[in-house]
Amino acid sequence: MKKWTRRAFIGAGVLASGAVVIGIAIRPGNRSSKVAGLIADKGETVMNIWLKISPDNTVTAIIPHAEMGQGVHTTLAMMLADEMDADWSKVKFLEAPADKEYANYILAKGFIAGDKHFPKFLEGTIDGIFLTAVKSMNFQITGGSASVRFTGQQGMRIAGAAAKSMLLQAAAETWKVPVEELKAQNSTITHAASNQTATFAELAPAAAQVKTPSQPRLKTQEEFTIMGTSKPRFDIPAKVDGTAKFGMDVQVPGMKYATIKASPVFGAKVKSVDTTISSSQKGVNKILNLGNAVAVIADGFWQAKTTLDGLPIEFESTENKELSQVDIINGYKKAMDTALAEDELDLHFKKGDALAELESADTLVEAEYELPFLAHATMEPMNCTAWVHEGKCEIWCGSQNPLGVKAAASKLLDIDFDQITVHNQLLGGGFGRRSETDVIEQAVLIAKEVDFPVKLIWSREEDTQHDVYREATLSRMKAGLDKSGNPVAYTHQFIFKHHPPEAADVPYDIPNQLIQYSNPTTYVPWGNWRSVDHSTHGFLTESFIDEMAFAAKKDPFTYRKNLSENNPRFQAVLDLVKEKSGWGSALPANWGRGIAIAQSFGTIVAEVAEVEVSVEGKVKVHRVVCAVDAGFAIHPDGFIAQMESGIIYGLAAAMTGEITIENGAVQQGNFNNYPVTRMDEAPKIETHIINSGNSPGGGGEPSTPVIAPAVTNAIFNATGIRIRQLPISKNDLRESMRQTT
Amino acid sequence: MIKLTINEKEFEVDAPAGMPLLWAIREQCGLTGTKFGCGIAQCGACTVHVDGQPIRSCITPATSVEGKNITTIEGISKDKNTLHVVQQAWIAEQTPQCGYCQSGQIMSAVALLNTNPAPSDEEIDAAMSGNICRCGMYGRIKSAIKRASESLQSSSTPEII
Ligand code: FES
Ligand code: FES
Repeated sequence: MKKWTRRAFIGAGVLASGAVVIGIAIRPGNRSSKVAGLIADKGETVMNIWLKISPDNTVTAIIPHAEMGQGVHTTLAMMLADEMDADWSKVKFLEAPADKEYANYILAKGFIAGDKHFPKFLEGTIDGIFLTAVKSMNFQITGGSASVRFTGQQGMRIAGAAAKSMLLQAAAETWKVPVEELKAQNSTITHAASNQTATFAELAPAAAQVKTPSQPRLKTQEEFTIMGTSKPRFDIPAKVDGTAKFGMDVQVPGMKYATIKASPVFGAKVKSVDTTISSSQKGVNKILNLGNAVAVIADGFWQAKTTLDGLPIEFESTENKELSQVDIINGYKKAMDTALAEDELDLHFKKGDALAELESADTLVEAEYELPFLAHATMEPMNCTAWVHEGKCEIWCGSQNPLGVKAAASKLLDIDFDQITVHNQLLGGGFGRRSETDVIEQAVLIAKEVDFPVKLIWSREEDTQHDVYREATLSRMKAGLDKSGNPVAYTHQFIFKHHPPEAADVPYDIPNQLIQYSNPTTYVPWGNWRSVDHSTHGFLTESFIDEMAFAAKKDPFTYRKNLSENNPRFQAVLDLVKEKSGWGSALPANWGRGIAIAQSFGTIVAEVAEVEVSVEGKVKVHRVVCAVDAGFAIHPDGFIAQMESGIIYGLAAAMTGEITIENGAVQQGNFNNYPVTRMDEAPKIETHIINSGNSPGGGGEPSTPVIAPAVTNAIFNATGIRIRQLPISKNDLRESMRQTT
Repeated sequence: MIKLTINEKEFEVDAPAGMPLLWAIREQCGLTGTKFGCGIAQCGACTVHVDGQPIRSCITPATSVEGKNITTIEGISKDKNTLHVVQQAWIAEQTPQCGYCQSGQIMSAVALLNTNPAPSDEEIDAAMSGNICRCGMYGRIKSAIKRASESLQSSSTPEII
């Protein structure tokens, strides 16, 4: 069995070779000899699937998630080390191999079962069942803001606590002293009364023989010594000196470069292309017709790209070749009208009789919203290096889903799963895009045609035009208010429901609700885009509640707070953002303040944006104050960075983000026509954390859905113009357009 | 074949007419710290210095910089054993997220501080707005530049590239 070689160390640990395998995994059904073969070297003790101890007393956490800047390697190692009372300066991590043993069953369990805990007596059985299910699903995904919530809480912490308990037990037996008299600290166990001390490493071989505790005791928040501190991130030093290796940077001896062009009209086949290489095409190795795309292999990307650009390629025409954005949106409108007329809308949620109550309400508030398609535009364009040789396939890429990569390649090449090796690299941005395997499949198909490794690189244009997109959507909302302005009824009809399933829920107390949707067929490929359905519903719900507050002549903060009396956590976040933002204080002319809040991925985020709208209609977001309750921030600085990141990502989309279709093809191609937020447009962001002690929420996504409505609500506050169509740049905000309010 | 001087080392590269410097640096010289982001001078990920000036290597023909001094992220620190003060500031502020844009950000920041050791917020914005960070770490980039600026001013021998 080949060792997994990608290691990162804080110190310069040297490992002896040839593994001794002792120990039992916490996980039922685990075969520890296989795991040890994958992760351990000689002299190391594998305490369980998530951790090993080396003779130099180093503790290594095995992390089953990809690093895309969220600091997951550091944060998860901290959770394990804290429970174990390990010496942080001697903690390292190893990214788990893309192996079925590391299929992320904890994550799947979290998704399938929600955050609910199982009755303890069932746990063994359930874990076994989930593990089997997840292995067969090839599920080792980094996404859904789930690493800390599921892997961290239910994997890393338990693994650390169990290992500590085993080490204590081993010490007690060796020294013949009661286990209660022992103390673990800094990777050492001490018995004060008899003045005996041993390192984890010294005790590890004996500890590994101890029966794994089924329910190790976890620390309380007050007992944390590592969690809740901002340890320097493992991944940062290599990211400032050019040594960090992303998928794009992989170099394999003998490798050549490829680039590709798929049909601009999604799904159309290649009709004709001349694949003979002319003498003028220097450095070109092969021109390949892949059926739905044409690829060129050459000595370098530039040669491949210029050759591809010069090739006359004809694509077959399809029924979509004249499709435009207007057609698509009209199609959605029609689909919604038809479904409504024929009573065929799908039900999202129903409570009371919203339709009847709307009729009799004192005030009716109504709005229609429209949101655009969005591309991911990760900083690192899509790429993948593949080498198909001797019945095997090696793949180098940055993936949120390395087991999915393996499965896709295995299926495509019709070779055994175990003959595929995935070398996962750092990700130059994921945002959901790198959970797909389309690029990997292309690279494998290309590599199959030659006997050397090939690095496939997409141009930025290919990346923008062959993404999987956040859906464009339409939404119709109505609310009925009583005399005092309180909502009695709420209806919402929207297009497209993906996940998470609760995204369209209204977080406010409204007695009668009817929320419905329709899923028309669509031709534009869909994909997970940071925060997924929350990215649309955060805007819809929080814009409309603002409209309701305005109709009720109430302050937007107070209105929200009064309608969430049954949710004290939510109210606490609102209170904090109010206090920190100086809500209600005076602002300069043409400035406005807007508030929005959403709960997603187990985390509640509220944001207040301060916005200036010039007389020419130019919008500048000056300041964003963010308050967040994610239960407990394991790594506060990393968590703050994720809030900042999510805000800027959502802001880029809100301000100018829009993918449009014309003649069946995406019109945008690069940052010149799919502009994103730059430094001079970036607001000052202040983040304030509440450690409420609730079960931990995610960090990578929850700040994204909130920023668009915070900004558009601020624009309304500044100008009286309500933005119902994103991006904001589509709206005319010049002074002459404003009504006096 | 042309000769390029990168980080004070000579490289022989095979650069067909029009081939951007970026690809020579990455593919032929094996210096992968300089990144490809857009290819049309929109994102700044490919920023390197040519005779001290920041340029976008994705649109600069390799043949046009023969005989000039090219510096990439790998050579930004004069001393192999210590990081450049800007790199140190980047670590102190825990600036990178995914990190993909950061070589380019650092190259732009070093160029800015070389000509203007104490830039104002607006000057930082102006010099850095050609560098996109999709992870949105602009606040941290700005703080790191200010931190580097402070240490440049407090040290008696500021590092000039
Ligand atoms: S790759 Fe050169 S500016 Fe984007
Ligand atoms: S750190 Fe990811 S793009 Fe800047």
